Amino acid sequence: MTAPAASADAPSARSFSSAGLVSVAQLAIVAVLLAGALLWMGPQQFVNALTLGAIYALIAIGYTLVYGIIELINFAHGDVFMVGTFLSLIFLTTLGFNGAITEPGLLALVLAGDFIFTMIALGLIGVLIERVAYRPLRNAPRLAPLITAIGVSFILQNAVQGVPPYFGFGPFNANSPQVFPTDWFVTLGNASIPVLSLFIIVTAVVMMIALQLFIGRTRIGRAMRSTALDRDAAALMGVNINRTIAITFLLGSALAGAAGVTFGLQYGVTNSGLGFNAGLKAFTAAVLGGIGNTVGAALGGFIIGFIEVGAAVAGLNRWSAAIVFGVLVIVLVFRPSGILGQQTGERA
Amino acid sequence: MSVIQDVKTSAPAPGIRDRVRGFAGRHRSTTIIVMMALIGIVLPILAAFPPFTLFQTQIGWIDGFTNAGVFVLLAIGLNIVVGVAGLLDLGYAAFFAIGSYTYAYVASPFGNSILGIDVAATFGDAVGVVFWPMLIVGAFVAAVFGILLGAPTLRLRGDYLAIVTLGFGEIVPIVFREASTVTNGINGIGGVYRPWLPGVGTFSGVDPMPYYVTTVALVAIVLVFAYRLVESRIGRAWEAIREDELAAAANGINTVSTKLLAFALGASTAGIAGVLNTAKLTVVSPDQFTFTISFTVLAMVVLGGMGNFWGVAIGAFVIYTINNVILHSLNEFFHGLGVPVLQDIDFIQLQFLLYGIALVGMMLVRPEGLFPNSRRKRELHQAIDEPGEDENTLSEVTEEGGR
Repeated sequence: MTAPAASADAPSARSFSSAGLVSVAQLAIVAVLLAGALLWMGPQQFVNALTLGAIYALIAIGYTLVYGIIELINFAHGDVFMVGTFLSLIFLTTLGFNGAITEPGLLALVLAGDFIFTMIALGLIGVLIERVAYRPLRNAPRLAPLITAIGVSFILQNAVQGVPPYFGFGPFNANSPQVFPTDWFVTLGNASIPVLSLFIIVTAVVMMIALQLFIGRTRIGRAMRSTALDRDAAALMGVNINRTIAITFLLGSALAGAAGVTFGLQYGVTNSGLGFNAGLKAFTAAVLGGIGNTVGAALGGFIIGFIEVGAAVAGLNRWSAAIVFGVLVIVLVFRPSGILGQQTGERA
Repeated sequence: MSVIQDVKTSAPAPGIRDRVRGFAGRHRSTTIIVMMALIGIVLPILAAFPPFTLFQTQIGWIDGFTNAGVFVLLAIGLNIVVGVAGLLDLGYAAFFAIGSYTYAYVASPFGNSILGIDVAATFGDAVGVVFWPMLIVGAFVAAVFGILLGAPTLRLRGDYLAIVTLGFGEIVPIVFREASTVTNGINGIGGVYRPWLPGVGTFSGVDPMPYYVTTVALVAIVLVFAYRLVESRIGRAWEAIREDELAAAANGINTVSTKLLAFALGASTAGIAGVLNTAKLTVVSPDQFTFTISFTVLAMVVLGGMGNFWGVAIGAFVIYTINNVILHSLNEFFHGLGVPVLQDIDFIQLQFLLYGIALVGMMLVRPEGLFPNSRRKRELHQAIDEPGEDENTLSEVTEEGGR
């Protein structure tokens, strides 16, 4: 009755594909749901949900990329994101930007620098983690890399808490400079929408599209897809497997870095314990969308954003983690392949 | 009888070592009880002599050993799940919490008012007698939650189980914290009754000896159970599932119910540990059951040697002692030195960083743990020692690209 698919031998159909274009009917359902959400929570919260969703989506893509290519749940990914929030904080405070920058040219320059620095630094950290903790165990029993992943997660958390001189924030909240002015609004009808939210949503969507193009159109993207599909066959065709997997980690971690920058801009505060909850929610997003599927992960991220903000609107914000966890269990029980994932027993 | 004769004839001069080993092999349960009794007697005596007395008093040590015993119980339980059956449970503290709260509800004025019972009126001064049956009830309640969580998720692949248990471990304390009308929220439930035993009376809050003896006895009983289980048909089924689930299923093992049993038994051990811990602390609150507990116990299991119960028990004992005694002493020692750099290092804060490094290092260098189980060791090395590291992964292909 069950498919105990422990050792994945048959090539599963994971290829980061968008799994068929959405039909008109599906689009209509989404439109109705979005309209309902807009009416219920109002435009302000609607934008909040989109912003939070964009951040979760960026993190979820990292889970899904790594899972797609080496079938590992990278438990440390939530903490990689957390490190990203701190890298952005360190970048901004070291350069002396502690408050809002109202001059557009300078703001653009600082933000570009912040994104580039955080994404590259965090991407390299991701590659390092893969090299040290996962690559030697690629052929080991499944339990081994899961345990190192959880170990890496703790190393990152505690390194941020207590390793001088750059880190050492302790288990406390650290203020992240909100260089993007939070008092810029655009008025849409009778609602005023923060420009920052729009900036975050647009940035995230642009990055996701860029990733999609990268995977779909470039040589390296093709190598990633073929490695995900069948590692041995890809190796026979001359794909450098180790390098491809390293690039996957680089991309996933860099997107988590972008999420870290936007998180700092939006909330102005970060904490070394942040990665745990964010990781759990982003993972739920990845599973919800269909793990291994980047479009699904983005979609799942936005759905989780709506669920969390919806819970807050309904006055249940302290229960949001419990609600998201409930969603995860329900998805795993009834549709383990997620919304966009193919129905293969292998995946579950 | 024939077995003993066999030993005598086949080995003309069996040394004392061989004789002990032979006896231990044939009488596992007796050996465990004797060993635990010996350890139980020796530890308090050792604690009265120098290297130990440098750190704290004998009473302090016995108290510490008792707390360590709670973690030994947890590690033995998690070892059934992770070490023997190969299921990664990252929310083990949740079952510890469930066991703890179960006892607190039955054995405290607040809990009784919620449940609508009054054990104090029924038993009078001997109210702590409920501790003994509650050990079994706590185990049972935790096992029920283990089944509720495991039933939907154990059908899925191992990685999903890990993340679901991780989430569960996070959610259970949230529920205990937020459902404050029935759980008293963040303050938790206080005034839990201490155990009572005829002849001893109610256990004292000052003298840790009764708790110590109880803990040693519980560890011995749980160890006997664990060993007998693992060497039974069920235990072999667990190991078969761990090593190759597909092959196990093909050989007629119902993998779901067998995994569920391992999960439930692991949970019930945590339930017992929870009841014991709450009876000792006399208070239970949601912040005792954070993820760090699950992580610490996992580190104990991995470092001790997955699958080997003695190794895991020793691992748990040593890690607990290092954490709670030696790191504190190192802190005081270095702070007392007055050297600026050393003064800034907080060893207690670093402990989890060290665990993380130890966990990663252990999996890379010696995945079988410090005290390995021989079969587990072979299994872990067989995969890792194969050459899969080459730049050209062609070699991987020929050896059946097993991941």
